[in-house]
Amino acid sequence: MLMSNRARAPKPESQLVSLANAGIRRDGRWLVRGVDFSIRRGEVVTLIGPNGAGKSTTAKLAIGVLRPDEGSVARLSGLRVGYVPQKLAIDWTMPLSVRRLMRLTGPLGDADLQAALVSTGIPHLIDAEVQHLSGGEFQRALLARAIARKPDLMVLDEPVQGVDFAGESALYDLIRSIRTTTGCGILMISHDLHMVMAGTDTVICLNGHVCCRGTPEVVSQSADYLKLFGSSRSLAVYSHHHDHTHLPDGRVMHGDGSVTDHCHPDDGHHHQEAHDHAHDHDHSHHHHHGDHAVVKGEGRV
Amino acid sequence: MFDDFFTRALVAGIGVALTAGPLGCFVVWRRMAYFGDTMAHSALLGVALSLFFQINLLIAVFGVAVVVSLLLLALQRRQSLSADALLGILSHSALAIGLVLVAFMTWVRIDLIAFLFGDILAVTRTDIALIWGGGVLVLAALVWLWRPLIASTVSEDVAEAEGMKPAQTRLLFMLLMALVIAIAMKIVGIMLITALLIIPAATARRFSASPELMAVLASLIGALAVIGGLFGSLHYDTPSGPSIVVAALLLFILSLLPAAGKNTADRAGNQGVR
Repeated sequence: MLMSNRARAPKPESQLVSLANAGIRRDGRWLVRGVDFSIRRGEVVTLIGPNGAGKSTTAKLAIGVLRPDEGSVARLSGLRVGYVPQKLAIDWTMPLSVRRLMRLTGPLGDADLQAALVSTGIPHLIDAEVQHLSGGEFQRALLARAIARKPDLMVLDEPVQGVDFAGESALYDLIRSIRTTTGCGILMISHDLHMVMAGTDTVICLNGHVCCRGTPEVVSQSADYLKLFGSSRSLAVYSHHHDHTHLPDGRVMHGDGSVTDHCHPDDGHHHQEAHDHAHDHDHSHHHHHGDHAVVKGEGRV
Repeated sequence: MFDDFFTRALVAGIGVALTAGPLGCFVVWRRMAYFGDTMAHSALLGVALSLFFQINLLIAVFGVAVVVSLLLLALQRRQSLSADALLGILSHSALAIGLVLVAFMTWVRIDLIAFLFGDILAVTRTDIALIWGGGVLVLAALVWLWRPLIASTVSEDVAEAEGMKPAQTRLLFMLLMALVIAIAMKIVGIMLITALLIIPAATARRFSASPELMAVLASLIGALAVIGGLFGSLHYDTPSGPSIVVAALLLFILSLLPAAGKNTADRAGNQGVR
C-alpha cells in the first residue's frame, strides 16, 4: 500500500515495525486513530503534519513507549531502537557529561563513542556537561547517542531542532548516509519540509489520522497536503530559510555569510514562494496531475 | 566495641547516611523531595499500626510506605489533581491519621518525640544489624539497578524505547525508598528523614562531575554530617536527630561558598568523568 516507493519490494520479514489501524486516546479524545504504516530496513519514513497532529504520539506508538488503545503495533523481536525524543529536560542537579550521556542505556567503547561525536560535529564537547550545551549542540549529542547504539531502527523526533541552517543540512546528510551504510530503518518527524523531501522514501502526512502518503514528490502535490500546508502558512513559517543568494558560480551564499555548493535542489517548498530562481519552478510541477488523484484515493484512511 | 551508647549511635548513623546518600541523589534528580516527605510522614501510621496489631515496627513502617507510594502512583495516573496537591493530601493525612490512632490507643505509652525526631542514642545492637544489613541490601540493589535508574531519570521514554523497563525500575526504587525510611526512622525521625536524603546530595552536587561521583560523595558527606551532628549533640546537649540535620546544613552552606566551589570545580575537572 506504500505507493510508488523508490525502494525494494516489501518483504514481511524485513519489516522492523508495523502499525495496523493503531489508535490511542486520552481523556476521551483520540490523539491519533487508524494509523497504518510499516518501516523496513533501509527505509526512511517521515511523519509530517501540523502541531497536535499526533506525530510524536505515533512515533511513541511505533517504539512501544505508548500502547495502542485500538489496532496493533508489531515490532521485530529483539529490535534495537535508537531514540531521539522531541523534548528532553535533564535536571541541572544531575552532573551528566556528554560522554556519560552517550552510555545512557548501554555500554559503549571509547572509539565508537568518539566516532559518533565526530560524525555529528561535536567531538570537542565530549566532557562538557549536557546542561551547558546549546540547544543545537544538545541535539547533536542526542543524535550521536542514537547513532552510536547502532540501532536497527532510529526514531528521530525533530532531530535538528535548534541546529543552525548549515548544520541542519549536514545532519540530514548524515542521517541519510547512516541509512545507506548501516541499512537501519529510520522514522523521522520533521517540520523542515524541504529537508524531508530530499532524503525520504515515504512521507506520511498526519492530522489525527493519515491524510496522505507516498513519495515526497507525490505527497507535496496532493490536495490534502496543500490543505494542511497551504501556501500562506508555509510561507510564514519557512520564509526565514530563504535569506540566501545565488552566486554567479552556482554556489549559494546564505544569510549568515557562509557559502555552500548547493541550495538543496529538492526543497519541496520553494514553489510556494514568489522566487525567481529557475530551478525552483522546474521541480515544483513535476508530479502534478496523475499522482495527485492516486494519493487522494489510496492514501486516505 | 558497641558497649558504649555513643559508639552505637555513630555506627548506626553512619550506616544510615551511607545508604541514604545515593538514594538521596535520585530523590534530588527526580524532584521527589516532597514524595520522600510523604512516604516518611506515612511512617507514623506504620508505627501506630505496628502497635495496634503488635507486628514488627520495621515491617509495618515499610508496608505502609509502600502502600502510600503505590496509592500515589495510582492517583497520579488518573490525573485529576496535580501531583503536588496529591502529595500534600497524602502526606499530611497519613501523619494526622497516625497521630490520631496513637492517641486512641490509650493502653500504649509511646515516646512520640522519639519517632518524630529520632532517638539515635537509644540504638540497640539489633538496630545496628538491621541498619547495616538493610543498607547493604539497598546499596547492592542500587548498583544492580544503576544504569536503568539513571536512564529512566534522564528520560523514561528513551529508557522504554531502548529496551529498559522504567515502570518496573520506578517501582523497585520506591521499595528501596520505603526500606530506607523504615531503617532511618529511628536515627533522625520521621520529620527529618528527607533532610538526610536531600541535603548531602545537594551538597555533593557542586563537587561532582558524574552521577556516580555525586552518589559516593553524598554518602561521605552524610556520614560526615552524622559524625559532626552527634559530637555536637554530645557537646552542646542538643537532640541528636536535629543536630545531625543542622550539621548537614552547615556542610551545605559551606559548599556554597565561592572559594570552595572554585577549588573543587578545578579538582573535578582534573579528575575527569567516568
